[in-house]
Amino acid sequence: MSIELSGTNASKIASALIRARREAGSPTMGMVLTFVVVADESARYDALKAAREVSREHPSRVIGVIRRSHRGQPNLDAEIRIGDGTSGEQVLLRMSGELANYPESVVLPLLLPDSPVVVWWPTKAPDNPATDPLGALAQRRITDSAAVSRGRAAAMLMQATNYQPGNTDLSWTRITGWRALLAAALDQYPSNITGGTVAAERLNPSADLLAAWLCNCLKVPIDRETSKGPGITSVSLMTGGGAIQIARPDGRLAHFSIPNAPERPVALNRRGVAELLAEELRRLDPDDVYADTVTKLCELDKGSAPTARQRAAQKKAAEQAAALVGTPPSEPGPRDKTDPDDYVEEPEVAEQQVAERAPAKKTVKKTAAKKTAAKKTARKKKAATS
Amino acid sequence: MTITPVDPSDNPLRDPQDRRLPRIAGPCGVVIFGVTGDLSRKKLMPAIYDLANRGLLPPGFSLVGFARRDWADQDFAEVVHEAVRQYSRTPFREEVWQQLAEGFRFVPGDFSDDVAFDQLRDTIELLDRERGTAGNHAFYLSIPPKFFPDVIHQLKGHQLAENHPGSWRRVVIEKPFGHDLESARELNAIVSEVFPPESVFRIDHYLGKETVQNILALRFANQLYEPVWNANYVDHVQITMAEDIGIGGRAGYYDGIGAARDVIQNHLLQLMALVAMEEPTSFDAASLRLEKQKILRSVRLPERMDLHTARGQYAAGWAGGEKVIGFLQEQDIPRTSKTETFAAIKLEIDTRRWAGVPFYLRHGKRLGRRVTEVAVVFKRAPHLPFTRTATEELGQNALVIRVQPDEGVTLRFGSKVPGTAMEIRDVNMDFAYGGAFVESSPEAYERLILDVLLGDPPLFPRHEEVELSWMILDPILDYWAEQGQPEQYPSGAWGPQSGVDMLARDGRVWRRP
Repeated sequence: MSIELSGTNASKIASALIRARREAGSPTMGMVLTFVVVADESARYDALKAAREVSREHPSRVIGVIRRSHRGQPNLDAEIRIGDGTSGEQVLLRMSGELANYPESVVLPLLLPDSPVVVWWPTKAPDNPATDPLGALAQRRITDSAAVSRGRAAAMLMQATNYQPGNTDLSWTRITGWRALLAAALDQYPSNITGGTVAAERLNPSADLLAAWLCNCLKVPIDRETSKGPGITSVSLMTGGGAIQIARPDGRLAHFSIPNAPERPVALNRRGVAELLAEELRRLDPDDVYADTVTKLCELDKGSAPTARQRAAQKKAAEQAAALVGTPPSEPGPRDKTDPDDYVEEPEVAEQQVAERAPAKKTVKKTAAKKTAAKKTARKKKAATS
Repeated sequence: MTITPVDPSDNPLRDPQDRRLPRIAGPCGVVIFGVTGDLSRKKLMPAIYDLANRGLLPPGFSLVGFARRDWADQDFAEVVHEAVRQYSRTPFREEVWQQLAEGFRFVPGDFSDDVAFDQLRDTIELLDRERGTAGNHAFYLSIPPKFFPDVIHQLKGHQLAENHPGSWRRVVIEKPFGHDLESARELNAIVSEVFPPESVFRIDHYLGKETVQNILALRFANQLYEPVWNANYVDHVQITMAEDIGIGGRAGYYDGIGAARDVIQNHLLQLMALVAMEEPTSFDAASLRLEKQKILRSVRLPERMDLHTARGQYAAGWAGGEKVIGFLQEQDIPRTSKTETFAAIKLEIDTRRWAGVPFYLRHGKRLGRRVTEVAVVFKRAPHLPFTRTATEELGQNALVIRVQPDEGVTLRFGSKVPGTAMEIRDVNMDFAYGGAFVESSPEAYERLILDVLLGDPPLFPRHEEVELSWMILDPILDYWAEQGQPEQYPSGAWGPQSGVDMLARDGRVWRRP
């Protein structure tokens, strides 16, 4: 069943939800959480499809939030969907005009009573999810640095710098299989590790996290090598008796070898987003191991000479923290009147500002300029396809 | 370079905080006896594939089939492939199959064939070298119990059962664990002569079910239920396992066994123990077992078996819109068979918590629908400040744990009927488990096989529990054996009249599940 409401508000949506549930013949609520998906029009379809798949394991009220242009009259449109392959409810909200700057005012009244709230940004996430007005509503904030169209390494670093308990990144979820196999390898061949290597595509936040995790647990340097991919292609750990190696050249089947044992194949699939989300939603308490790993990631990055990017990220975090102390989040103070379309590109703007003061001015500026050019082409393409 | 020995328990990559990391079994293999059987094809092989698909089997995991077939390894792989395609829960992935298929071996032979067991030993030793299974093997006896002694002795005779330091050998057996106390003890004597108790895993697949494990969560993680979980508030408990099918092609197994031995002795008594037991000091195997055993030990049987037990056989008729034959008309069942297909018994538990609270256990084939549930029925409120007409339709409050299908919990309580008059009627409040269709909600066999490989015993009954269960059931079975033929009951309904009468004598009725 699907209901469309235009020019509506949160209480009308809430009563439409109750009505729809009763009409579907099953007025009881077995939903265990509210799952807020913050996407743009282009990512909406895949994101909501994944959310629906996840709601089979974790019955939930899925709230899709699309922020459109802030120009024009404030308006709220909603699409409600119950049944049809969801085991919960789905509400898709489109906000425009000034309302686009205050999405939490619509989402807050629609949260399920008492149950946990999870926010997921399938593509570009705010730099500091915990202080984002929607992120602040949630116990669990899921970002995906690998899904950012540009500057993945910077995006991961930004999330790492701004880590708050409850944040996680799907780049971390993607390596659970690798981590489990590596742990199993050390169960089978317990030995002192003297060093190691992680090989992956050049820009791969998961590989950076895996290296940081290994480095943090094993207290040895881990090299990061570049390969053609897909994703992470191999991990090796050096021991006194030889190398422990897991190589996965094709993204599906890995070869597992430890000293004094035959090499064996083991399936190590790259999982779909729905499976990753299902794993995320199984535990809603802060992931301490992720916290340690991102701390290590920042430390490693600092050790390798701070980049303009990182300084930008740190400066931004400091500014945001200061701003947060200044204005209590409940106060509806004046907010950035940036167009939500531009909002997506915020980090680049920040980068440019800092870059002007940074010593490595030229190169950074150049990349920024290049990025703007790329942005333009991307927009053109978008216009052409739509 | 010297290699410093490192304690395997201090794996730096394992952190108790890191609860994302799944428990992957160490290097190991499984040998299935009776690999051509139904259980093996429909449950075990698919469960093994599903485990591999979820990344929970170790690299190099090997599966050896043993049966009286003239097969090569490839033929065996073909059979497994078929079974996996047809019955596995998770989607088929070529790379997972490739990983598994490299570890398939087949040993043809009879259980009395020494050459075959020599070949089995060679195969296992070769696997240890080629696939790195490190001497860790579980022997899964998916065979009728009459062959257990043969196989167990062969395993011993060919040094297959010996635990070498640093490696393990385990044996997995399926119900029935004997057909009475004496035979259960004999069986245990045979198994324990060869395998130490901690290496024997008795599979009761009910205990692997999520909902059954959830009984413990429901009872011991909540403040809400425990205060009323006793004789002060509970009137009685009904534990039902109903099947809508007949015995099918299992005449050979079923005749002489019957409903009580097949289901009540293991599944229902285990469910009862979980519902009734005190809080264990921890959730390790020993503490759980201790509490379950205390309950089984304090069970008191009814003095008048004729009044408080019931049994029946399904008769020909219409069930669920289909014409079906009666039990005595089934193929290979003698017309004079006294085997029951419905059994109901009343038990009391002599503890302070449960004094005077009867537990009614029933199981039958060809009943109204397939359902397993535990219903805790509460006493009526001591005083009702309403007119008698207002509460005429108000029953007793009940908490129902739905084990299968439609897993979940129902709370039944009174509510006012909308309208001007005060009229109170029973309503249901439901909690349904999501995830019955997803990858992460494992089948009972997956959970249990993984636990065998990990050596994690809480979900497996030990022989003490098995013997205690037989001690409860034997007197009832003896009494029944002296009686004539069981009462016939219509197929597709809820059992014989004697079952209804048995509760009516206590002023109660069976819930319609």
